[in-house]
Amino acid sequence: MLDAVEVAAAVADAHRREWAFVLAATVRVTRDIDLAEECAQDAYAKALEAWARDGVPQRPGAWLTTVARRRATDLLRREARFRTAVPLLLDEETTPDPADTDVDAEIPDDRLRLICTCCHPAIAQEAQIALTLRLLCGLTTAEVGRAFLVSEPTMAARLTRAKKKIAIAKIPYRVPPPDELPERLGAVLAVVHLLFTTGHTAPAGGDLVRADLVNRAIDLARMLRTLLPRDPGVAGLLSLLLLTDARREARVDRTGRLLRLDEQDRRQWNASAIREGLALLGQAVNTGAPDRYAMQAAIAAVHARAGRWEDTDWEEVVRLYDALCAAWPSPVVSLNRAVAIGLAHGPLAGLDALDEIGAPPELAGYGYLPAARADLLARLGRDEDAVAAYRQAIDLTSNDVEREFLVGQLREVSERGATTRRPAPR
Amino acid sequence: MAQYLVLIYEDESPFADEAVGAEVHAAHTAFFEKHGAAIAGGNALQPASTATTIRDNGSGGSIVTDGPFAETKEVLGGYYLIDAADLDAALEIAKAVPAKFGGVEVRPIRDMG
Repeated sequence: MLDAVEVAAAVADAHRREWAFVLAATVRVTRDIDLAEECAQDAYAKALEAWARDGVPQRPGAWLTTVARRRATDLLRREARFRTAVPLLLDEETTPDPADTDVDAEIPDDRLRLICTCCHPAIAQEAQIALTLRLLCGLTTAEVGRAFLVSEPTMAARLTRAKKKIAIAKIPYRVPPPDELPERLGAVLAVVHLLFTTGHTAPAGGDLVRADLVNRAIDLARMLRTLLPRDPGVAGLLSLLLLTDARREARVDRTGRLLRLDEQDRRQWNASAIREGLALLGQAVNTGAPDRYAMQAAIAAVHARAGRWEDTDWEEVVRLYDALCAAWPSPVVSLNRAVAIGLAHGPLAGLDALDEIGAPPELAGYGYLPAARADLLARLGRDEDAVAAYRQAIDLTSNDVEREFLVGQLREVSERGATTRRPAPR
Repeated sequence: MAQYLVLIYEDESPFADEAVGAEVHAAHTAFFEKHGAAIAGGNALQPASTATTIRDNGSGGSIVTDGPFAETKEVLGGYYLIDAADLDAALEIAKAVPAKFGGVEVRPIRDMG
């Protein structure tokens, strides 16, 4: 007999590790996502009791899947309405025999099917992300709502609508054929990346990082890596996430103040995450043309390799941003490029690069643009202009930690007066 | 097997040129030849200027007005009814529907059976 705490921990662990596997395998039997969710939840509830009595099974995922599938078979037999009320996901040729509930039988890994269905291009991206969190990560509807700062009923409505579309429009539950896979995988990677960036600098609120979202995104990228170990796109994305997240502990000081890259204590960077990220990057760039995540990872790698801020190879960073801008032009990338130019060739060159971007509508309301301008102006000693730009940036920032940082910068520039100008680095 | 309606929305103005009309007609013929097996029906419509809209007037009657249902640059100009196993198969066919002056909308047909 295990005590209740141990069992609860084992079930929680199996939930985090195996939820997607259990659900994906159960959808194959039910061919109905809602019913599969119900059965998978039921299996986890049964595990609490059964594992306390019999111990934690050797393969918790297989145990849970078998129980969920058995439950599905019972429900389907009892309530034939499930077969007619909702259009079923198309999967006739591979629907397993529902009578086959042998725990030791090899259960095919259907997680790639599930995530490709969640991230189908016919579903709006915000719903793709919500479905992925709900179905692949097993978050409750309330948790998914909190992740995107919407109420539970709003999120429930969004999820229901997306699931209905999957069923009614017959979005197939399958892994796309090889010729379509790269494009479809692109949508999956975009969802995981967006989830990460949302967590990396939380759009609003008191904490800089939403660790839950960042960790979920890394879990998903690792899952994809397990499923597609040779895919360079997956390797590049996981590399980017690891190299970026390696700095998590160093990004704020003990009082929660945001630290710039040049202020961070690099000994706090996660060395094992960096090692893993660099190795993955090698794989991502050695197989064909690197995609944008691999290029961003290459930029993060330049920082990761520099033992000190002063050692950063800014020329290389600018070169990588040039390539990124050429292949995937976006105002945000141009902005980062301008910042890098400011560090490689001085604030005046940076300001020129920033002026080239102009004021694209995509960046209206984007606090980083005036913040970058303010920083360059301050380094040039154009304090009045810098103050105005910092004020603009502060108005546009909803994250408390970032706002605090900008207020500090503003105070520094306003107080130093016209005669005691900080020498511009480089 | 499911059915999908592929609605073709296009800017009508280029069609004023007869050469464009002939070219589009040829493109539809080629599309039909290639995907005929999946096509359960389809038609081209007369221009939106010939459309008449009827709305409920809220008191049991109706209001008849000249023009299409929504005033947009791209208007419904034709449709295909297609048979497809699933949305991916339907989108594959719909991508081949000629609609160079706009695009298409793919809608699953409701099974009333």
